[in-house]
Amino acid sequence: MFTHRRFIAGAASCFMIGGAGAQAPGPNLGQPIAPAAVAAWDISIGSNGAGLPTGSGTSKQGEAVYLAKCLACHGEKGVGKPNDRLVGGIGTLASKNPVKTVGSYWPQATTIFDYVRRAMPFNEPRSLSNDEVYAVTAYLLHLNGIIVESDVMNSTSLPQVSMPNKDGFVPFVPGR
Amino acid sequence: MRRAQTTNDFQWIPVAGNGLLDRRLFLTGGLAAAPMAAGTALGISTAHPQALSDGSWMKAPGLPFSGYGHPSQHESKVARVARSAPGTTGAGGSRTPIQLLNGTITPNGLHFERHHSGIPEINPDVHRLLIHGLVKRPLVFTLEALARYPMESRIAFIECGGNSNFLYEREPSQLGAQWMHGLVSCAEWTGVKLSTLLDEAGVDPRASWILAEGADAAAVSRSVPMAKAMDDALIALYQNGERVRPANGYPMRLLLPGYEGIMQIKWLRRIKLTDAPTMTRDETSRYTMLLQDGKAFQFNFPMECKSVILQPSQGLTMKGEGFYEISGLAWSGYGKITKVEVSTDGGKSWAAAALQEPVLSRALTRFRIPWRWSGGPAVLQSRATDETGYVQPSRDKLMAARGANAYFHFNGITSWAIAANGDVKHVYT
Repeated sequence: MFTHRRFIAGAASCFMIGGAGAQAPGPNLGQPIAPAAVAAWDISIGSNGAGLPTGSGTSKQGEAVYLAKCLACHGEKGVGKPNDRLVGGIGTLASKNPVKTVGSYWPQATTIFDYVRRAMPFNEPRSLSNDEVYAVTAYLLHLNGIIVESDVMNSTSLPQVSMPNKDGFVPFVPGR
Repeated sequence: MRRAQTTNDFQWIPVAGNGLLDRRLFLTGGLAAAPMAAGTALGISTAHPQALSDGSWMKAPGLPFSGYGHPSQHESKVARVARSAPGTTGAGGSRTPIQLLNGTITPNGLHFERHHSGIPEINPDVHRLLIHGLVKRPLVFTLEALARYPMESRIAFIECGGNSNFLYEREPSQLGAQWMHGLVSCAEWTGVKLSTLLDEAGVDPRASWILAEGADAAAVSRSVPMAKAMDDALIALYQNGERVRPANGYPMRLLLPGYEGIMQIKWLRRIKLTDAPTMTRDETSRYTMLLQDGKAFQFNFPMECKSVILQPSQGLTMKGEGFYEISGLAWSGYGKITKVEVSTDGGKSWAAAALQEPVLSRALTRFRIPWRWSGGPAVLQSRATDETGYVQPSRDKLMAARGANAYFHFNGITSWAIAANGDVKHVYT
């Protein structure tokens, strides 16, 4: 039977075969845009590091950024208060009182860059340069004992950082 | 033992312990005869204390028209309650007064909110939706363009992944149903099927996920499986008939019926097709469920089957023995609610509540059952079943499976204990 649903699916697959020149049988009211023109919005960082920009920073440089921009909310050396604790807790996740921090819980270092760049500092998001984001990421990783002070974080080194809880996540099992 | 009592033209039948009555009391139209019957069989009537007289509002013309209406001034207590992170005013949640509402649709001004950096004041004329990544043709849509597309409506609940998480705590919270369970709301959402737009952009076969991102100051972003995006996802432009409220994503939000609230990105500005989840902060550091062995459940997308009794509930006080309708809400991110059972004796006996029609998939479902409160102790519970056959677990069962640190997706049974003085407390049984 020729159903509406099948018509749509069939038309879509024709389009796929048709290639970039063909159009889907919809209203087509979207405006094509060149990939270069979306760069300012394309801020998400893939878990393999795809999308990381040029630039770099060290823990030492990051400490200066942290003291100026992060300390008021996250405390000295990331101990937390009044807002999230960022440091410590490694090895506590299976205990009765787990301490979830960037160091103990976050599975991937790329997420730190992604999140800080998009959302921090809370009152001035998007005010840090890429170098500053790399630097403050390095500072947090160093405070957590995950990298050494001299390590330089950039688009090559950051995705290679092995987080303590990188294997800590499992897909949800329905019914649990 | 069942003991039918007949009063004039309707009857009530005990169906479970401690005063639960047959749900069909209402369905047979018996309520029309209830005032007399209630006086003789279910409740206690006392004489009205004075003669009836006209109110002052009948002695002069009423108020003029208004451009946009508001609730009665006498309903000012029907309001959201909010809490924000230290040092912030818009990074937290506000909760729907579910215990003071009835039916299944949440008024737009009372829909719960969960913002990560306040409500952006977006100019709809300059807002854009970008679809890019693994597509043949990246596309940008204006609101004006989207408004010309064929639209669909879905009545769907949205529930925050953190709703009900007070029940993971070791001692039963006494904050009331609104604080405990008010991060859920239900609306009719109208907009454009996301699959239509993705088809127009041309999906690369390697695309298995989308990343959805908002235009708020936190640019909240979440990965969503491609299958959901192509199934029933909407770019919602309307909420209960009017444009989506600023607090719910104006001028457009992603609607993913049944899925965890944060995935239904508000102020949607970008969808990127990818071959893997992006592992954003809000799908790793947050909205994951830490288990007793130190591992954490990730990618728990649909909200599990849940129900809660709201009338009565902790925070509301009983006004003397006699007839009450026990009423509440049930929902499941996996489909339709098929059954809600209610107990007033702490789970010793159960009876099926009436489900208010229409019962819709992934929407709030209202349940009701009549009850004659004896004035003695009672523990009220509700237990929902969805169309997959999944039964809402007891709190003990859920805690045994997940431990006390899972924080998200609590869907165990809530227990309200009623004392002889009419006070309602939250208890663990």
